[in-house]
Amino acid sequence: MNRRKFINVFLGGSLFGTIASFLYPVIRYLIPPRQAEALAKRVAAAKVGELAPNSAKLFKFGSAPALLINTAEGDLRAFSAICTHLTCTVRYESDTGTLLCPCHNGRFDLAGNVISGPPPRPLDAFEVEVSGDEIFVFKKA
Amino acid sequence: MATWLDSARSYLEERLKFSALTELGRKKKVPQHKHSFWYYFGGLCLFLFIIQALTGLLLLLYYVPSVDAAHESIRFIMSQVKFGWLIRSVHSWTANILIGAIFIHMFSAFFLKAYRPPRELTWVSGFFLLLVFLAFGFSGYLLPWNELSFFATRVGTDIAGTVPFVGKALKAFILGGPEVSGATLTRFFWFHVAILPAAALVIIGLHILLVQILGMSKPIGIGETEEISFYPHFVLKDAQVWLLVLAAVGILCVFFPWGIGQKADSFAPTPVGIKPEWYFTFMFTTLKLVPAHLFSVEGEVLAILVFILGGLLSMLVPFIDRRASREQKSSVISVIGFIILVYIIVMTALTYLPLKW
Repeated sequence: MNRRKFINVFLGGSLFGTIASFLYPVIRYLIPPRQAEALAKRVAAAKVGELAPNSAKLFKFGSAPALLINTAEGDLRAFSAICTHLTCTVRYESDTGTLLCPCHNGRFDLAGNVISGPPPRPLDAFEVEVSGDEIFVFKKA
Repeated sequence: MATWLDSARSYLEERLKFSALTELGRKKKVPQHKHSFWYYFGGLCLFLFIIQALTGLLLLLYYVPSVDAAHESIRFIMSQVKFGWLIRSVHSWTANILIGAIFIHMFSAFFLKAYRPPRELTWVSGFFLLLVFLAFGFSGYLLPWNELSFFATRVGTDIAGTVPFVGKALKAFILGGPEVSGATLTRFFWFHVAILPAAALVIIGLHILLVQILGMSKPIGIGETEEISFYPHFVLKDAQVWLLVLAAVGILCVFFPWGIGQKADSFAPTPVGIKPEWYFTFMFTTLKLVPAHLFSVEGEVLAILVFILGGLLSMLVPFIDRRASREQKSSVISVIGFIILVYIIVMTALTYLPLKW
């Protein structure tokens, strides 16, 4: 290797190293840092008697929306309100007694199973427990 | 490797014709003489501005301009985001170094009489750039929403409020209301990331265009000199200075990362030792020292009028210094400039000395 080539390689390498040392922090900076998710184990979703039969209520379960349903028969059921298709929020339709995702017309029954539309799997179901005058919702073990 | 590079180069050359640009750079000459060292500060200012723009863009990713979240977002950047401390420290340190470089560039142009015809407009555009960058500094200082910046903004905008005739309206416009509040933060953010960058780009473009058209000024009395080509010789020397400054900034950021301060509380008492950024301290200390009344006028108002007048005269110096425009030495103007420079340095130093006023 002659002197000119050595200088070229040395300077080229330095330039490459400099650029890499600038780009590395910038790329790491652009990646959003992990933040602790608000994890919920047990949430007071509603008061006893708050929900009339054949109605539902959206509530916060950690950082995500969830749905508490009082069926026409008076059963309490809770599901994650996030549609398993493309994460829109589902709503309870009292006239059909089903859950509808309005984004792509995915429909679920009151067990969380897909009746129609594109959702690939059932809604995540939660346990419901009445304690005193509060209705608690928690994840199934 | 070499063949691959050569073919890439010829591909780009065919399409972009960049050799025309480098040819122009080779033809353009930069005079070499005993004062040419000062030429580097102009390029350095541009380099620091580019760093400001890039790091500022990155900070926008996490900064939240609201009273409730501004300070927390800065804390988040400094403590949670990977290399956030580095990006913010580079932004803050280079902002301060940039203002220092602008002052050096301005005073060197002043003492070397670079404002002589036909370069009067280059000087005037440079003066407006100084104002723009002081405004950048003032508006950026408040954005972390900490105690020091909050009260410094209160004092600074109060000074603007004492300007005769337009003061009250000016203060209300700057603050977005009667006092420093969330509206002020929004306004300062707007100035800092939208209005001032746009103004800076236009004026920097004009300033550089004028330098390119008119070439670099030679001091009075320096006749024929040696010249070097702008490209690659001057560019490479410029790049050396840039790299040195960048290394210095890196060292400063690692050993002295920029602080966060305490979150501002408008109902808390003003902390002791409140002062603005260093480049405003000569005015700040003057206002402390000036008597309450001078010639039956409020001392503060008089001092501010003198500062405004001083700024106006310095902008118009190419049109005042008639001797320099005839290529004659103008010692009187230089001496006045020297006295102003000493005054600024002394007043700035006094701010940081532990003296009781």
